[in-house]
Amino acid sequence: MTIITYDGTFAGFLTAVFECYNRKVFPMDICSLMGEQKHLFAQKAHFQTDETKADRVWKGIQNKLSGKNNQLVFYAFLSEEHGIEMKIYRFLRRLFSEHFNIETDFGDLDVLYLTQTSRKVKQEAMRMLQFVRFQHTKDGLYFCGIEPRYDVIPLVVSQFQKRFADQRWLLYDLKRNYGMLYDKDKAQEVVISNKEFSSITGQVNENVLQEGEEFYQQLWKSYFTHINIKERKNLKLQRQHLPRRFWKYLPEMKG
Amino acid sequence: METKTVQQRLEILSDAAKYDVSCASSGSNRKNNTKGIGNGVACGICHSFTEDGRCVSLFKILMTNHCIYDCAYCANRRSNDRQRATLTVEEIIDLTIGFYRRNYIEGLFLSSGVIKSPDFTMERMVQVAKKLRIEENYHGYIHLKAIPGASHELVHEAGLWADRMSVNLEIPTEPNLKLLAPEKNYPAIFSPMTQIRNEILASKEEVKIFRNARRFAPAGQSTQMIIGATPETDRQIILLSSGLYKTQNLKRVYFSGYLPVNEYDKRLPALTRPPLVRENRLYQSDWLMRFYHYKAEEILTDDQPFLDLDVDPKLGYALRNMQLFPVDINRDDYEMILRIPGVGVQSAQRIIMARRHRKLNSEHLSKLGIVMKRAKYFLTCNELPASITDWTPERLKHKLITGAISKNKKSLDTQLSLFGNYQPVLPPIH
Repeated sequence: MTIITYDGTFAGFLTAVFECYNRKVFPMDICSLMGEQKHLFAQKAHFQTDETKADRVWKGIQNKLSGKNNQLVFYAFLSEEHGIEMKIYRFLRRLFSEHFNIETDFGDLDVLYLTQTSRKVKQEAMRMLQFVRFQHTKDGLYFCGIEPRYDVIPLVVSQFQKRFADQRWLLYDLKRNYGMLYDKDKAQEVVISNKEFSSITGQVNENVLQEGEEFYQQLWKSYFTHINIKERKNLKLQRQHLPRRFWKYLPEMKG
Repeated sequence: METKTVQQRLEILSDAAKYDVSCASSGSNRKNNTKGIGNGVACGICHSFTEDGRCVSLFKILMTNHCIYDCAYCANRRSNDRQRATLTVEEIIDLTIGFYRRNYIEGLFLSSGVIKSPDFTMERMVQVAKKLRIEENYHGYIHLKAIPGASHELVHEAGLWADRMSVNLEIPTEPNLKLLAPEKNYPAIFSPMTQIRNEILASKEEVKIFRNARRFAPAGQSTQMIIGATPETDRQIILLSSGLYKTQNLKRVYFSGYLPVNEYDKRLPALTRPPLVRENRLYQSDWLMRFYHYKAEEILTDDQPFLDLDVDPKLGYALRNMQLFPVDINRDDYEMILRIPGVGVQSAQRIIMARRHRKLNSEHLSKLGIVMKRAKYFLTCNELPASITDWTPERLKHKLITGAISKNKKSLDTQLSLFGNYQPVLPPIH
């Protein structure tokens, strides 16, 4: 009856998994320090994050999973779903003990759940590629503030880096309050304290916008209204593909 | 003549371009290895969705909507009194790059009305693509329309700069094309199509030998047909598109439900709403051919000219071939599992993977995302067998339709129903 806590990072979680094997305990629950539940009679143990231990577990996972699916556990972890840690833990126990690869055993509820959650995270990352809209600011920076459901900005940085290799851009996660800044060479994490943009819609203050920005947004809006075929109106289909929660970031969906 | 602003011309030309259905930005993984702008993503990315639910992936624009042709089905025909506009090569490039840098679009789809001659038009379109690639160092997606009648050299050059090429067939049979567009003919359409096919195949061979050989239209070619403007049957259309996939190696055949753009023209049918359900059923059949290993002849038999608008073609096939079912999820091969109504490609692949580990039952299946409401009549799993023999196709069809009506009918049905509020006197059997 042990509840294991960790610091909320992925490395911390992998360390916890390592320690479970090391001390031969099967925990009742693994939870992040932030979301710790108070159990009256349970034993508690907290493990300090140790990169080398985490690395060993990660390598072990990589050896067992197929190349196509090797990020499965990481993506599922990113979902931050309640109770995902125990599901991953049970999955890893099976993964390490079986001789053949169990990642396709969808009859197992844990495997299926992890696959589906990691798909949700990947889908959210895809939505970043779809619905990020840059605004050109006076200092030549292309800025976008957005609020993904999961912490997926680091997953899409490499794609943006390949695509916009010759422009400076900043992708800012409004909810988690950090961003990735690319300076035509490499991307790095930044936190902005003095914000010149709305922390709700990610809209940059007008006095910082580049001159042509308004013009392009206007052109884009009119393009968007004119490419629509009125006779085929189907708002339900539109909403299905373009969730409401993204509308406030899209220039074409504003007023 | 007064001059129009860029915005006005953009409005006119995007209005004119909206009838081109093609929107795919997939199939090309062009790399950005010169530190320029843009790259291709093989799966394609949709950046926005308009009110009609169609995706905006590419910046779809006509270079000009002036046209020397007078095709009855086209909104930009010569004899129409419409506002006309032209964007210069530089303006198109600026707009594309400006939109691309802000991540509004995935690339450019450039088409055009024919001005002066096909060659003159094509040359300017090629220029746009070439300048984008060379001067702007742009590696994003470009879809170029090949103008029927353009010279071989220009089509060849277009393919070298573009990712995808397309030639629109527009009308599925030649006599009807002659009727509606007397200035066009099939040879002029098929000659660039065949040329593009041959060059794509040749370039693929070349790339096998020289890794750095220049690729010709790496995302392949597509075409488009208007549905409902002429009296062709669904069977004709499906056989034609399956033929095109085989002989011309097309990536996609798009269908465009006919919109009454030129109501005064008596050669065209009078429609109040576009035939959206029919278009949807044709796309479903298209998917069956491309992803579900169906043959065109299986989707519609000889005595069936039209697709059933009430049920999708896959369910229609299953109902006609009840002797093939039920399929055993735990034993039968992939091809048969794909044919179960309610099982998609992904689900079928997951079933194949999952059943290696354990026998699957219906609970597993519904968790895997299979629509058991429909599928349960056509499969057996690790449980008591389904009682399919009790169902005649007619009764089963009736049951499945009435179950699905509330969910799907509203969004798809475009026709007023005559017996919408009809209540049967006798209670239904099921």
